[in-house]
Amino acid sequence: MSKSKSRNIFILVSVAPAIILFLLFMVIPTIEVFRMSLYQWGGFSNTQQFVGLDNFRTLWNDMNFIRSFQNSILLIVVVALITVVFAVFFAAILTKENVRGANFFRVIFYIPNILSVVVIAGIFSAIYDPSNGLLNSVFGMLSLENLQQMWLGNQEIVIYSIAGALIWQAIGYYMVMYMSSMASIPASYYEAASLEGASKLKQFTSITLPLIWNNIRTTLTFFIISTINLSFLLVKAMTNGGPDGSTEVFLSYMYAQAYGNSTYGYGMAIGVVVFTFSFVLAAIVTRITKRDVLEY
Amino acid sequence: MKKSKGISTEKLFRLFVYVALISLAISILIPVGWVFLASIKENAEFYGSPWAMPNGFHFQNFIEAFNEAKMGEYLLNSVIVTVLALVILLAVALPAAYVLSRFTFRGSKFLNSFVKAGLFINMSYIAVPIFLMLLDWDTALRVIMGDGVFLNNRFMLALVYASTALPFTIFLLSSYFETLPADFEEAASIDGAGYFRTMFSVMLPMAMPSIVIVVLFNFLLFWNEYILALTLMPGENQTLPVGLLNLMAAERAAVNYGPMYAGMVIVMLPTLILYIIVQKRLTQGMTVGGLKG
Repeated sequence: MSKSKSRNIFILVSVAPAIILFLLFMVIPTIEVFRMSLYQWGGFSNTQQFVGLDNFRTLWNDMNFIRSFQNSILLIVVVALITVVFAVFFAAILTKENVRGANFFRVIFYIPNILSVVVIAGIFSAIYDPSNGLLNSVFGMLSLENLQQMWLGNQEIVIYSIAGALIWQAIGYYMVMYMSSMASIPASYYEAASLEGASKLKQFTSITLPLIWNNIRTTLTFFIISTINLSFLLVKAMTNGGPDGSTEVFLSYMYAQAYGNSTYGYGMAIGVVVFTFSFVLAAIVTRITKRDVLEY
Repeated sequence: MKKSKGISTEKLFRLFVYVALISLAISILIPVGWVFLASIKENAEFYGSPWAMPNGFHFQNFIEAFNEAKMGEYLLNSVIVTVLALVILLAVALPAAYVLSRFTFRGSKFLNSFVKAGLFINMSYIAVPIFLMLLDWDTALRVIMGDGVFLNNRFMLALVYASTALPFTIFLLSSYFETLPADFEEAASIDGAGYFRTMFSVMLPMAMPSIVIVVLFNFLLFWNEYILALTLMPGENQTLPVGLLNLMAAERAAVNYGPMYAGMVIVMLPTLILYIIVQKRLTQGMTVGGLKG
């Protein structure tokens, strides 16, 4: 009896603080996002007024939101595709190709991942600077002046400049992930394949790729979630949505509305749409990339 | 004939592999190294070629960043917040992870999936609701005490950091505790150790490798985080990344680049040093947790 009582006390004391903090600072704020999206709140009045789905109706006709939507989707697609190709390529090289200094390259490639987004924003501002930037001066040295651009000033290309920074910081992280799943593929498969005379490309497409496919699928979900998040952090630190709203993404628009503009209800409605959208997109991507799982 | 052709494509491929590897390495090392060099350049040097080496060691940039831009004060704030958050996180997450992974009780299954669901909650969504909640508490407190304490408070920021890191940390620690055999607890129980004693002197020391990984990951997370710090500290007590953000805006407007790059060095140097010391553990540990915000 006393044994079970002391066991219960122990369980309560151990779990309660974590559950309380989790409820207070994660669960309740999340519920608040959904609740507040149904209210008109902020701007000039400080009263909350229930307006049902009005915020969502406004959103539907908000051209700035549509633009942030387009930018976000563009970033998710471009960043995911290019990063996956590069990360898989470098992971395959570093695990299969006995390169000299493989460990050195792995350590270097992971560096962008440990830097603060603010530092990355600073680095890329220096790279993209129109007059003294690293990128334009490299083009100048190679006599490719026609490639020089206002990387952050030209509304047509600025979103791709943002994509470049996101890819730069993501390659190493995903490469390390793919490396660990490639390393667990038995070497005998490759030995057998090369005895059969299969080329390296053939080995890659018929052994490596199918066996890490599930891992790639999982990371596609990561890409959706983390691109939505990181594009916000980077845009906020680097261009603040400019020039003229051309780099506004999902959450930067939400933050501008909710925190900058103090229209909390409207901002939270954006949050709800983005949250739902990312779940639906992740579900669709998981569905259409489904292949028969190969075991080894 | 055929064989020699095979060798040459093989050689070509090797060459291509090294060119690709070195290109990516350069695209990372040059910009990062460039920031270090720029941080010791004089302002006039920024009007010349960006590839010129610094004329001398212009340490004045760092002094300016530390004093005038208050990066020294922000550095202290960052250290306080990061250390506090790590301490709170470990104190709260370790017992919870241990109990949730090794005890079955009424509701234990529900709690496990409940906490795991938290992995999908993203800090960026809930920053503003947390701000409004603390603002509410402050307003209520002002009525009673005449002053609010919840916003602009380093301890509160640390508490919020620790809370938002709980799901991932509990998930990672639990998956380690699950692998330990029950023999240890049985032996401790026979020796007469109570539940608390067993946890503190037998189970937690064994979790040391996972604890190290947890500390590393969350250190990087807390040190580099800026959106919560920006939102919850609108007045004072800013952390380094937020200070750097202000510094970047101010120096760009004043065309005074040196201190800006000095500020960037101050933010990234601790993480780089830590990374070089522990890089192996970090990239190996990543595959255990494998989730990113």
